[in-house]
Amino acid sequence: MGGLNSAAEAKIREICARYKEENTPLMMILNDIQNEYGYIPLEVQEVVSEETGISVAEIYGVVTFYSFFSLTPKGKYVIGCCLGTACYVKGAQQVIDKFSEELNIKPGETTDDGMFTLDALRCIGACGIAPAVSINGKVYPKMTVAQVREVIAQQYLDYEKKQEKEGVTA
Amino acid sequence: MINIKIEGIDYQVEEGLTILDAARTCGYEIPSLCAFNHGECNQGSCRVCLVEATGARGLVASCVYPVAEGMEIRISSPKAVAARRHSVELLLSNHNKNCQQCDKNGQCELLNVAQLTGARDDAFAGAHSETYLDRLAPALVRDTSKCILCGRCVARCQNAHGLGILGFQNRGFNTFVGPAENRSFADSPCIQCGQCVNVCPTGALMEHSEIDKIDEAFRAGKHVIAQAAPAVRAALGEEFGYPIGTPTTGKMAAAMRRLGFERVYDVNFGADLTIMEEGTELLKRLTEGGTLPMITSCSPGWVNYAEYNYGDLLPHLSSCKSPHQMQGAIIKSYWAKQYDIDPKDIFVVSVMPCIAKKFEKEREQEKVDGIPDVDAVITTRELARMIRRSGILFQRLPDEDWDADIMGDYSGAGVIFGVTGGVMEAALRTVYFKLTGKEHDPIEFTDVRGHDAGIREASLDINGTVVNVAIASGMRSAKVLLDDIRAGKSKYQFIEIMGCPGGCINGGGQPYVRPRLLPNEEDNILDTYKEKRAKALYSEDERQVVRQSHNNPQIIELYDKYLGEPNGHLAHKLLHTSYAKRTGFNEIAK
Repeated sequence: MGGLNSAAEAKIREICARYKEENTPLMMILNDIQNEYGYIPLEVQEVVSEETGISVAEIYGVVTFYSFFSLTPKGKYVIGCCLGTACYVKGAQQVIDKFSEELNIKPGETTDDGMFTLDALRCIGACGIAPAVSINGKVYPKMTVAQVREVIAQQYLDYEKKQEKEGVTA
Repeated sequence: MINIKIEGIDYQVEEGLTILDAARTCGYEIPSLCAFNHGECNQGSCRVCLVEATGARGLVASCVYPVAEGMEIRISSPKAVAARRHSVELLLSNHNKNCQQCDKNGQCELLNVAQLTGARDDAFAGAHSETYLDRLAPALVRDTSKCILCGRCVARCQNAHGLGILGFQNRGFNTFVGPAENRSFADSPCIQCGQCVNVCPTGALMEHSEIDKIDEAFRAGKHVIAQAAPAVRAALGEEFGYPIGTPTTGKMAAAMRRLGFERVYDVNFGADLTIMEEGTELLKRLTEGGTLPMITSCSPGWVNYAEYNYGDLLPHLSSCKSPHQMQGAIIKSYWAKQYDIDPKDIFVVSVMPCIAKKFEKEREQEKVDGIPDVDAVITTRELARMIRRSGILFQRLPDEDWDADIMGDYSGAGVIFGVTGGVMEAALRTVYFKLTGKEHDPIEFTDVRGHDAGIREASLDINGTVVNVAIASGMRSAKVLLDDIRAGKSKYQFIEIMGCPGGCINGGGQPYVRPRLLPNEEDNILDTYKEKRAKALYSEDERQVVRQSHNNPQIIELYDKYLGEPNGHLAHKLLHTSYAKRTGFNEIAK
């Protein structure tokens, strides 16, 4: 496959080399790749397969088994809506439905502009502030359907600020 | 030995056995499903073989639970009987139950165990998992609606080839088995050998049937010619109740004739032709300094593997087509000319122990002037299906000879092509003669014989020419030899590689070997069936009057009258092919 550039391929091989001594290195390798690139497409799995001798189908099986691993790039802002029991009874389903409607994507998908990914999460341990939404690690407590638009708008503002900042430093 | 009780009766069994195996030695066959071939399954996952055993909490899966001193086992208790039935009912609840449309019907292990356990009601009817159907590959079909997630195919691909094309994907209720990215076999580096098909208990993995194409050719009034490979005769009888290893050559020819084929030929003629071409090619490479070691190219599964994984070593492959392709090309040229028939009106059907041949015949490199050498390939199993649907009582057929007008006569060397080491031995018989001017005595080269995966080697000094040879079957073994060549440290001049472990006798199109569905076979049949089938071929070799390809009178005539010299101009056009490096996971439009 042609999609992988040589720098990325070298990086993947370097990550694999970190765990040469391990008996079962696959999870650690995939974890590092997920953190480094945000996703693990088939081209990358092929390189991991070459390095580890584990078949592509098995690697693919592991990647699709664990929801932490992703086959497609995630958006700049990953919106995680908790659908755990407490959040659910407090109306989390309506909240995620509203995000879905506003962003025009289903849970698990990413917007075309690469800005947002919407994820359905199981309990994130924030039952006291249910329903909870987590965006890039920042938690929004007691979310309501009415707040959804505003929260999305805040992310755009945040992004613009970041862009400006980078513009200044550059 | 330890003491156990089954149904209250005392038995002594070996320590370390599973309850399933121990019970078998005492005369009990616990209904089971996924337990297969020394752990080639997702062990203990199907829960069909549950029994009561003292010392265990609840019921235990007898295929994985070991016996212990003093253990009391109940197979027939109401609790165990009901549990086994429930396990099967749970499997059936997410199964596509269109059994009357399934080619596996009659040999389906799930249906068999449903009968045994009395799973009659749709007790757990409910939601079904999303399913996928892949019919893109010429050789095999994957239908996940019939998959029970036993994992045998996953294990077999890994064990036989180290390939691991198939794997479990997703989780929970959405789990299914397939190539990475849920791709078609056609878009993955699958070599289409069909070892996974051989172990699938249901109809989830099947050969891509081509019986319809044959029916269509008959309807269109074509000259339909059939040709059968050596390994088919060693196994076809199994489909009709003969013990494994019974050669049924005569009945097979008779049956095929009764199916309406205009001619029924033995591909052994093509095998002899292959030896003439391949032997000559080897001698040329040895004496004129060609690429060595030369590797055989009869096995399309192996050729696929080479094209995907060892593109740099393709010049090592013999340029010879496989025997049935050669014979097809001869039928559509030499034979057609003799009878003044337009090759376009000829439809060649190959009966093969192989499913990769279905893919092979589609290759552009296997056509002469745009006309394919072979038009349809059916497996041993498909031939049995055709025989059954035509009402032919196989066991009552007379033994008949193959057609041998103009072509079709064959030597013992051709017969043994069907087993690992056979092509090597056949080639050595002829190469020895070409180098020394006399036949090897004894005729046999037993050093190269075998019936299983693994590497064998031999060294021959023929009139001062030292020929080191090696034989491998299954890609796991082949890889060792190939990596040596790549590293420049291979000591061989000639290597035979077959895709399936054991060679064609264990091909992906051969009858299923299912201990529990074969009551007249011994318990260890999974260890011995390859050897038994191989013996059937070696015995036919011994019965032949002509034992070397170069002594086949019709082959001599073919070269005299038509082809000229082996590896000559016409031979190259008709009988030789080429290979090309391929990418495993090719780009596909998403």
